[in-house]
Amino acid sequence: MNGNVRFVLFSLLVAAATFGAALFIGNAYVFFAGYVVLQYIVLATAWNILGGFTGYVNFGTAAFFALGAYTTVVLHKTMPMLPLPAMMLVGGVISGLVGLGMGYLTLRLRGTFFSIATLAMAVVAQTLITNWNFVGGSRGAYIIRPAASPIFTGDYIQYLFVVMLLLSVISVSIARSIQHSKLGYGFAAIRDDEVAAEATGVPTLKLKLIATALSGGLMGMAGAPLPYYVTYLDPASGFSLSYAVNTIAMPLIGGTATWLGPVIGAVLLGTLQQVATVTISSALSLLLVGVLLVGFVIAAPKGIVGWFKR
Amino acid sequence: MFLSFDLLSNALVSGLLLGGFYAAVTIGVSISFGMLDIVNIAHPAFIILGSYTAYIANSVFGFDPILSSIVLMPAFYLLGVAIYYIYDVSFERRGDASIRGLAFFFGLLFITEVTLVLVFGVDYRLVDAPYVGPSLHVGVIDLPLRLLVPFLVSMALVGALQIYISRTFIGRAIQAVAQDPSALRLMAADPSRIKRIAFGLSIASASVAGAILIIIQPVEPSIARDYIGRIFAICVMGGLGSFGGTVLAAMILGIMESLTSTFYGPSWSPAVAFGFLLLTLAVRPAGLFGRR
Repeated sequence: MNGNVRFVLFSLLVAAATFGAALFIGNAYVFFAGYVVLQYIVLATAWNILGGFTGYVNFGTAAFFALGAYTTVVLHKTMPMLPLPAMMLVGGVISGLVGLGMGYLTLRLRGTFFSIATLAMAVVAQTLITNWNFVGGSRGAYIIRPAASPIFTGDYIQYLFVVMLLLSVISVSIARSIQHSKLGYGFAAIRDDEVAAEATGVPTLKLKLIATALSGGLMGMAGAPLPYYVTYLDPASGFSLSYAVNTIAMPLIGGTATWLGPVIGAVLLGTLQQVATVTISSALSLLLVGVLLVGFVIAAPKGIVGWFKR
Repeated sequence: MFLSFDLLSNALVSGLLLGGFYAAVTIGVSISFGMLDIVNIAHPAFIILGSYTAYIANSVFGFDPILSSIVLMPAFYLLGVAIYYIYDVSFERRGDASIRGLAFFFGLLFITEVTLVLVFGVDYRLVDAPYVGPSLHVGVIDLPLRLLVPFLVSMALVGALQIYISRTFIGRAIQAVAQDPSALRLMAADPSRIKRIAFGLSIASASVAGAILIIIQPVEPSIARDYIGRIFAICVMGGLGSFGGTVLAAMILGIMESLTSTFYGPSWSPAVAFGFLLLTLAVRPAGLFGRR
């Protein structure tokens, strides 16, 4: 049995145990809070495929994420019978294509131009959605969440939790298999010295485009169930800057060089934020993320994973 | 569509005035990103900070927002010096400025915004000054002082910085440090110190830019983000670090945004800057007036 299959089986076991533990606690809030943490595992892992592995910083997480969410809003209005995983697939494809297009325009330039373009793209995507009446414009869209899970007996939030759990298993497995593949070595070569990589025959533009499309697609898939989770989606919350900050802070705090770093960062920071939001205030918990991000990039450049690899 | 001459000429003039204001907002980034190669995406947040200091000086103490922002420039300069010091020690000297440097400034942007929200809330704030209300009328063209005064202040700021950069020793050293730090060291100037001064100046400009921003429009903490696209679009289009190019690019963008919001509605105007930025990056990354 090869390593990747073993890893997928192992993480499915972990996922099943997580779901079992959440069921055992038996409080609906555990699923609501857990969903957010799982969503951040997907987002942080997706960000890290481009940001950590190739060294291109994407500030536009919110744009890819919200594109996925708004795809669901459109599909919910036109084809309400479509199952959620299919909607996620469509959202992922659309976000991936947008990533591909933007990458094609800006990835041939210095990395900073790509970063600035992603930041600006988030503003423009928000402008477009705000002006698009079909999805509610600036008023926002209401989505009625079904009461029960479609595949097993239980609440719909449990279904959302399981879907996000499976998506995080998929994205972490993808990130891990890339890290130990030819593709991953190509990404690392780009990160360490792009000119040298190009000179030794690494198809840098092609690899960067693969990373951008994959990363954007996973972010879109993570956003697709959001309308069912929040039941009311408006541009300001869908495109909230806190998604971008969290998605950058988590891998940098956990460590960007491996697949494990973003997972550690997302679990720690995501849980911390859930606790701080409930006990203190949501604004202060966001401030905490900003301070931790700045503190870690200054004091611990290799993140938490780096502490154990001395 | 029927084009009324009055409407068109008014849109052009207000676009030109708006563009002049954008020059003041961008000039700090032209220094930090254009000359020093420091991707300070937190710059708009410092501009908003400048808006709030002008707001406090105006609403609490009753001072003129522009004059008080000029008086406050040394404080912003010191803030810039402090930030550059941390950046230099933590990133530039380790030779690891790219990802972590970007994340550092992104974190600063976020911290500044959330702190302003915690202190002032998300209400829109305005200032009061004699030139906020009235307008001059030249033929069919309205010249609101609310736009004309910021335009003049902005041109004065850019002009003063241009003279400083091109006439003084330190100014020339700033131009040199971007090109060849080791040659600068041979001239007995410390590149680190020169960059610190330049970064201080770029943040000092945010004080004035923030004051004229709050004269033009009411300010709340999150509008910093709307300016990120604009600022970098102008900076890149203007050829990274050329002040003349920055002013021209700012005016082109101002006119395009003004035409868009006159003929298609103001909710579309944030998209203009991005379209411009993408087009510039795709077609001519050296900028319209760039040499590189």
